[in-house]
Amino acid sequence: MTGSTPKPKTYLGVPVSRPRVAFFELSSCEGCQLQIVNNEATLLEFLSLVHVVNFREAMTEKSDDYEIAFVEGSVTRRDEIELLRRIRDQAKVLVAFGSCACFGGVNQLKNRFDPGWVKREVYGDAPVETDRAQPVEDFVSADLRIYGCPVRKEEVERVVTDIVIGKEIHYPKYPVCMECKANENICLFDLGEPCMGPITRAGCDAWCPNNRAGCWGCRGPADAANLSEMKKLMKERGFSDEILLDRLECFGGFGKHVDEYRKGQR
Amino acid sequence: MLFRALKKEDLKRLYDLLAGSNMIVAPVQKGQDGNRAPIYAFEEVSGFGEIHLDYTSTKIPAKRFFMPFRETMADFRMDGKDWGKRVGFNIDRPFVFFGMHACDINALNKLDKVLLGSHYPMPYYAAKRNNMFIVGIDCRPQPYCFCRSMGSDTALHGFDLFLTDLGDHYFVEVLSDTAFNIIRQITTREPAESDHALYMKMVSDKNKQFTLQVNTTDLTKILDMEFQSDVWKQWGEKCFSCGTCANVCPTCYCYGVDESVEMDLSRARKTKFLYACNLIDFAEVAGGHNFRPESHTRLKYRYYHKHRGFVEAYEESLCVGCGRCGESCLAGITVPEVIASVRGEDI
Repeated sequence: MTGSTPKPKTYLGVPVSRPRVAFFELSSCEGCQLQIVNNEATLLEFLSLVHVVNFREAMTEKSDDYEIAFVEGSVTRRDEIELLRRIRDQAKVLVAFGSCACFGGVNQLKNRFDPGWVKREVYGDAPVETDRAQPVEDFVSADLRIYGCPVRKEEVERVVTDIVIGKEIHYPKYPVCMECKANENICLFDLGEPCMGPITRAGCDAWCPNNRAGCWGCRGPADAANLSEMKKLMKERGFSDEILLDRLECFGGFGKHVDEYRKGQR
Repeated sequence: MLFRALKKEDLKRLYDLLAGSNMIVAPVQKGQDGNRAPIYAFEEVSGFGEIHLDYTSTKIPAKRFFMPFRETMADFRMDGKDWGKRVGFNIDRPFVFFGMHACDINALNKLDKVLLGSHYPMPYYAAKRNNMFIVGIDCRPQPYCFCRSMGSDTALHGFDLFLTDLGDHYFVEVLSDTAFNIIRQITTREPAESDHALYMKMVSDKNKQFTLQVNTTDLTKILDMEFQSDVWKQWGEKCFSCGTCANVCPTCYCYGVDESVEMDLSRARKTKFLYACNLIDFAEVAGGHNFRPESHTRLKYRYYHKHRGFVEAYEESLCVGCGRCGESCLAGITVPEVIASVRGEDI
């Protein structure tokens, strides 16, 4: 996958470096990395823009000499903490890649239960080390976050391009509704379905609502997420607290809000 | 104005004439809501049978056809130190809007003032607006409509033909030369006295059906007086800052511009995208300062632009009273309620 070194690229006549990039996974399904490999139409362009030196899912060669590290997954074991620290020491840019790395992701659902019970339920008596699922930034600093379960490949490509040409990186601060309306979807609430679109960070192009599936909040809260109004809305439309909490808890992005919510319920 | 009467069964003939060499955009039923009520949208149609001229109103106006949510302003090609730019206005055929309500026609007239009539006309809008043929259709007031309060319940200009349903025939207003030349090709008749009487009765009946009003008397002054009113905070607490109101508004035209470079670094694109004044970073400037970090200040400026600033500049409101924003707002924020609360009135 590394191949021969292509001709150096220029941008507006100025040579740009081809950064050495590594992909790593902690506890995760590797689905975010798969998004990159899946994007066959632009994969070659992606590979000519960056020099991938480590990508277990796609290549056998391995190098510890890299500048940008994409770290997928949440931390659940001690060896993952050590790996993460080594990555942090090496990488100029560490990217928390996907919702597991950013918030703990689906994995952090287990944090709600007794850890002994969770381990027995999943692994039986096998001698497996598995602790709470925590986001990358509980242990090391991250320079960038790319949200989503999975990440949206177009967004990854844009971020990588902007890194290479030295452009400031922007994320949408507004919620999914903005993109959903621009796609002229019928509002899920009009169809009688719950949707976390009004409070969830956009950037996914309303992926789920485009397919008539309500948003589950995988990208975490938008900058001005209005949780108290969301509670009112769900109640008004006949959805229980549990339906709202299931969605808020699913990916970990709303962790802080869920804690407050539970306190309020007591 | 020239008036004609058109038999209902001859309307398809008008459609066929227009559809021969143009793209027809018309109200269609896009789906139904949880209560099995139809949901309408403006779509490109390929047959007369798809059109629902008896539609209530569309959830989203037809603006994507003349003001797309995302639109390429220019493509760039870079080769070493050379570069080239290609500008296109993204229209290759005229649009025919078949069945537009008065509110949406008035919305276009208001957009014209800003986007065509200002010092720097917007060519991306002009190219589409100047290649447009509009067949208007009368409507029944819905529970959320307050167009009459905003003076937008009838359209005086900005269309080519306007149809009013008089039972077995349409009362037709012929406004443009193009419309005259087209209407000549189909069978119509001179309206009789009885048609005039019927038309006036229709209008009078329609006016009685409005259930919502907005009191616009002295509104610009009252908005100035109540700039610090607590009601803004109350509405701001509800607001999701999601931009839905602007996206479903037929007159919201605020936009941002994004420049993106393709991964091969030899192509780039400048894109115009509609933005919304309620979004948290709408008033964020270079360096990161945000002039309106709180949601109530953003919501307030939305009302100030629609009902104060625009009125002072153009002597009319930027709101046509279609009621779409209130219908779509998941927090239940509606224009009549906000204005009434600012005035200290009960609705």
